[in-house]
Amino acid sequence: MVFRLGTFAIALVAVSFCMGATDSRSLTSDQLAKAIKSDTITIPTPGELFAALEKPGKTDWSGQYRGPIPTTFSNRAQIALNLGGLIADGFIAVEAQDSQQVKNIGADILKLAKALGVSENVLGRGKSINDFAENNQWEALQEELEATQNEVKSSMQSNQDQDYVILVSLGGWIRGTQVVSGSVVTNYNDASAKVLRQPALVDYIQTKVKEMSPELQKDGLVKSVSDQLAGIEKLVTFSGTPTAEEVKKLNEAVTKLMGEIQNKRDAK
Amino acid sequence: MKISVCILIASALLLRAAETDSQVDARKVALDLAGAFSNDGFKLRDGHWSGPIKKGEQALVAVNLYAGNQYWFSVGASPTTKKFTVQLFDESGKPLTAESYEDEEKAAAGFAPTISGQYFVAITPADGEASTYCLVYSYK
Repeated sequence: MVFRLGTFAIALVAVSFCMGATDSRSLTSDQLAKAIKSDTITIPTPGELFAALEKPGKTDWSGQYRGPIPTTFSNRAQIALNLGGLIADGFIAVEAQDSQQVKNIGADILKLAKALGVSENVLGRGKSINDFAENNQWEALQEELEATQNEVKSSMQSNQDQDYVILVSLGGWIRGTQVVSGSVVTNYNDASAKVLRQPALVDYIQTKVKEMSPELQKDGLVKSVSDQLAGIEKLVTFSGTPTAEEVKKLNEAVTKLMGEIQNKRDAK
Repeated sequence: MKISVCILIASALLLRAAETDSQVDARKVALDLAGAFSNDGFKLRDGHWSGPIKKGEQALVAVNLYAGNQYWFSVGASPTTKKFTVQLFDESGKPLTAESYEDEEKAAAGFAPTISGQYFVAITPADGEASTYCLVYSYK
């Protein structure tokens, strides 16, 4: 594995650049168990997932759109899950380079963010998203979406809403997995299917969900999502590459879950 | 260096109230290094880990990567240490062959996974001195 590196890398070589691990010792199970895990670095963004999907060939990004979802939920857990899903939709629109779709999704993201009571800083990002979309600045838009997601989470933490942070990440992961598995089902190839293997990630999300307040864990939607995650973990656990049939099963499972998340309901 | 990376560095400086001076400085060093990779098409992920590593200890950070992507893990230290390493391990804890770069207060490791899943980034001060470190990563 050798990366193609630019001019800076040549300068790096001059300083110190080498191939190979400096320590050949394996980590112990105790070390692995104590590894640092955090929402900000352990959970990949939808942008990373979509970048990997795009490698083997052209993806029909606009074919992955879904219809508008309700933005008038009253259940905060449902808002958080849908906010994550909408941010993933924003990444899809950026990949499709569809400025109008980005603007529509950006407006919906802000409606849900406002409903969660996040800071004015986040709401101010709506203008940036519109401006970048207007000028077709796709890379800047992707960064803005990541920054918006992080700012929403950080605002939630400041408001003592940290339990909802994992729900935003979870919503994004479910929607991202639905899109990628759907795309692979339509046009199966080994390289694309490989990106769906994420057992440790689902395990980590499940752990975080189980650490939420007992009251939130009793929420009907959260309980249903939590219960279904156990089955989904099995579907993303395979050695290397899943078969077309396995991808289809995964797509059905996450599509069912996404349907529950976006289905309007008012009772807690 | 791209404007977005400059904005992230500026944000790191503005976050002084939330993080210690050492964390902010370490993050600036890490973002500076990651900015160099952005010149080669790597996108900087907006997220980081930072914290102190005591003498003789190692920080091990779990990340989840996708087959097909290429990654650079950039680490900055503050106060400056003489030498530290960034190593990558697979989900079973086996060390991986990676491209590496080390230069006093900054170091990086580059890797392109062929299997999606969990990996570990180990930050190990080689000179045994305690310091504060910050890890960011880029992908393409």
